[in-house]
Amino acid sequence: MEKEVNSFQFVGKPEVIEIDCDLLLIGGGMAGAGAAFEACRWATPKGLKVVMLDKAAVDRSGAVAQGLSAINTYIGENDVQDYVRYVRADLMGITREDLVWDLGRVIDDSVHLFEEWGLPIWKRADDGSSMDGFQARDAGKALLKDGGAPVRSGKWQIMINGESYKAIVGEVAKSALEFNRQATGMDQNLYERVFTTRLLLDANVPNRVAGAISFSVRENKVYVVKANATLNGAGGAVNIFRPRSVGEGMGRAWFPVWNSGSGYAMGIQAGAELTLMENRFVPMRFKDGYGPVGAWFLFFKATATNSLGEDYCVKYADKLKELYAPYDSPMTTNLRNCAAMWDMQAGNGPIMMHTDKALQEMAKTMDAKKLKHLEAEAWEDFLDMTIPQAGLWAANNIEPDKVPSELMPSEPYLLGSHAGCAGFWCSGPGDIPGAPAEWSWGYNRMSTVDGLFMAGDVVGASGHKFSSGSHAEGRIAAKSMVSWCLDHADYKPAIKESVDDLVAEIYLPMELYGKYKPYTTSPDSVDVNPNYIKPRMLQFRLMKIMDEYVGGVSTWYVTSKTMLDEGLKRLALLKEDSSRMAAKDLHELLRCWENYHRIWAAEAHARHIMFREETRYPGYYFRGDFPKINDAEWKCFNNSKFDPNTGDWVNFKKDYVKLVD
Amino acid sequence: MPSFVIKEKCDGCKGQDKTACMYICPHDLMTLDKDGSETGTEMKAYNQEPEQCWECYNCVKICPQQAIEVRAYADFAPLGASVIPMRGTDSIMWTVKFRNGVLKRFKFPIRLVPEGSVDPYAGKPEPNFDDIKKPGFFNYSL
Repeated sequence: MEKEVNSFQFVGKPEVIEIDCDLLLIGGGMAGAGAAFEACRWATPKGLKVVMLDKAAVDRSGAVAQGLSAINTYIGENDVQDYVRYVRADLMGITREDLVWDLGRVIDDSVHLFEEWGLPIWKRADDGSSMDGFQARDAGKALLKDGGAPVRSGKWQIMINGESYKAIVGEVAKSALEFNRQATGMDQNLYERVFTTRLLLDANVPNRVAGAISFSVRENKVYVVKANATLNGAGGAVNIFRPRSVGEGMGRAWFPVWNSGSGYAMGIQAGAELTLMENRFVPMRFKDGYGPVGAWFLFFKATATNSLGEDYCVKYADKLKELYAPYDSPMTTNLRNCAAMWDMQAGNGPIMMHTDKALQEMAKTMDAKKLKHLEAEAWEDFLDMTIPQAGLWAANNIEPDKVPSELMPSEPYLLGSHAGCAGFWCSGPGDIPGAPAEWSWGYNRMSTVDGLFMAGDVVGASGHKFSSGSHAEGRIAAKSMVSWCLDHADYKPAIKESVDDLVAEIYLPMELYGKYKPYTTSPDSVDVNPNYIKPRMLQFRLMKIMDEYVGGVSTWYVTSKTMLDEGLKRLALLKEDSSRMAAKDLHELLRCWENYHRIWAAEAHARHIMFREETRYPGYYFRGDFPKINDAEWKCFNNSKFDPNTGDWVNFKKDYVKLVD
Repeated sequence: MPSFVIKEKCDGCKGQDKTACMYICPHDLMTLDKDGSETGTEMKAYNQEPEQCWECYNCVKICPQQAIEVRAYADFAPLGASVIPMRGTDSIMWTVKFRNGVLKRFKFPIRLVPEGSVDPYAGKPEPNFDDIKKPGFFNYSL
C-alpha cells in the first residue's frame, strides 16, 4: 500500500511545547516514583531540573495502581546472597547476579520508607498470630526498621494492607518533584495524561538519547522534552497475546491491561541492547479473575490438585527430573506450571485450589474472633489487589472456606519486575565480586545507549524485584543519572529528527481518519474502511498472530522455528499496516500508539525465542523442535540489538557468569 | 466487571475543576458526555471502552457521588453479585453481596499517616556527593 503522510489537511496541528530539563523520567509507576524521590534530593542542590511524564495520574498509575496485599521482596533477616540464589533458581539458572545482588542490598530501605509514609504493614503478635496495620500500631509494635516483626507469607514476602500503596508512594514522588520545581524555577515538571511515543536520538553524538516526545491525551498538545539523562520506566507488555477471555473480560488481564510494551518498544527503537526477551511470565492463577494464589499457597498452606485429588507436582516429579534436571530442585514456578499443563492435557482438569481444606485446618486451632480475622485476611488478599476475583467468587457463590476454586495458567506476559526477566541489558554497579568488567560501564542501570537509563520491568535478566524492587531500582537509576549529568554538564541536547516530522507522525492516525472516514457509511462503532485499520482491530490481529504462532494458549504454549518464521512474516505486514491506523479522537490516538508499541515488544519476543534453540522455560513456552534444556550450548544470555540507522535486528550470545555459589 | 455510571447519581463533577473518574482512571476509560450525545443526558460520565477495564475500582473509590459501580465481566461471570467499597481517610469498608444473597462486610486499614502530611525529606540527610558513585541512597549507606 502507498505510504500515507500527514499534511494536517484533515486534523488541526497541535501546539508544540518544548521543555528543557536535565533528568527526564518516563513513567510514574513504582520505578518512576522511586526515581523522583531519589533524583530530586540529589539534583536540587546542583540546580538540575527533573521532569516526569505519566500517561495516567501518578496517584494510581503503573502496575500497583489497584493496590497490593503483599510486598514480595523484603530481605529483612535473610541473606542477600540467598536472595540471588532464589532469583537465579526460579529463572532457570540464567540471571545477571550483579544486578540482583545490587538491588537486594538496598531494597529494604524503600520498604522502610513506605512504612514511614504510612503504608500499613502486618506485624506478628506475641502469640504468633497476625495483626493488621491498625492493630499493630495500637499495640505499639515496632516499625520494620526498628526490628518490628513482619508477617511473612513466604521467605521473601511480607503482608500489607495495601489498598493505597501506590497513592502513598505516588504522593511522596509528587512532593519530591514539587520540591525540585520550586528550587529550580520551572513552571511545571509533572505532566500527567501525556503519552510518550519515542525516545529522541541526539543529532551530534552517536548512540545518545537526547530526550523524548509525547502527546497529551486531553488537549491538542505535543511535548518535546530535551534532557541530559532519560529514564525509561514505561513498564511491561500485556495483551500482546490473545487472552483467554476475549469479550469484556479481555481487560481482566493478570498484569495491568495498560502495560502496553512502551518501555520495550521505545528502548528497542533507540538501539538499546535487549536480553532474555524470550522470557515470559505465565502465572497460574484463579481462573478468569486471575486473583493471587501466593498467599493461599504460602500463608494459608492450601494445596492444588487435579480432579483425581493428585498433586500434579508429585505426580510428574520423575518426568520433570528426567527432562529438566537439575532445574526441578528447587521446583521453579514454570515447572509447576508445566506439570499442571501436562495433567490438563491428559484430561485430568480442572485443577483446584483447596481453599476449603486449608481454612478448615486453620480453624481447628482458632476461636470465633480469630476465625473472623482469618476470613477477612483471605478476602483482603483479593480486595487489596484483584477486586474482580472477589466479585467472581460472589457471582459464583464461592465461599472459600466451603468450596475449592479452579486454577488456570494465563496468557503470556512480558515483564522484568515480577517472576519474569525480559528486558534491556544494563550496566551493573561494578563492585560486585567476580562480575565481569564488561557488565559495568560506569553508570548503574544505564542501557547500552548513552544517557538512557532503565528501571523496573524493562531491566532484563533480574526478575523478582516486584513493587519494592522497582521503587529501589528507580532510586538506583536516578542517583546514577544525577552522576551522569554532573559528569556531562557541558552536554547540549540536539534532536536528530525534525520535530515537524515527529509531530506529523504522532497525529497521522487522526489525519487518516479525517481523510477517509466519509468514504463509507460505517458508524464509529463498527468502523469498516479499506483505507485504514482501527487500533482495536490491529490489536486483535497482533494477539491472534502471537497466540497461534508464538506459543499462546491455543497451542498450549508450543512453538517452533517454522511457526515463528510464519509468525514473523505476519508481524512484518502488521507493522506496515500500523502506519495505516486511524483515530477518531485523542483517546483512540492513545490506543494507536500503545498498540504500535505492543508490536515491537511482540516482535522482540518472537525473535528471541527463535534464536534460543532449546526450551529454557518449560511451562512458560515450549520449542516443539527443541524440547529439552541444552545447558552445554545455551546456558548463556540471549541478547539482541535493533540498529535504528539500518533497521537490522541481530541476536547474539553473551556468557553467563555465576557470582554466588 | 467493567465499571458503569448510574445516571441519576452522576453530576458530571459540576463545580469541581476536573471530573474525578476521568482524572484517576489509569487506562483513560472514563469520559464526560458534555452535550448528552452519547448518554442521552448532558454532563454525565461513562466508561467508553468496557472491554479494556481492569476493574481496578479507582473510579468507584474516587467518585464523590458514589455514582460508579462495577458489573462483573459478562463473558464469564453470572449476574447478581456486587462488590461495593466505601473508602475513607484511613480505612476502606467493603460490602460483598453474593448471587445467592450472602453478605460479607470487611474493613481494612489503608494508611496510618494522613494524606498530604508527608514532607519527603524532613529529617533526612543532605546528599553527600562524595558517595554518588558508591552503592546506596542519599539516606542509606552500605
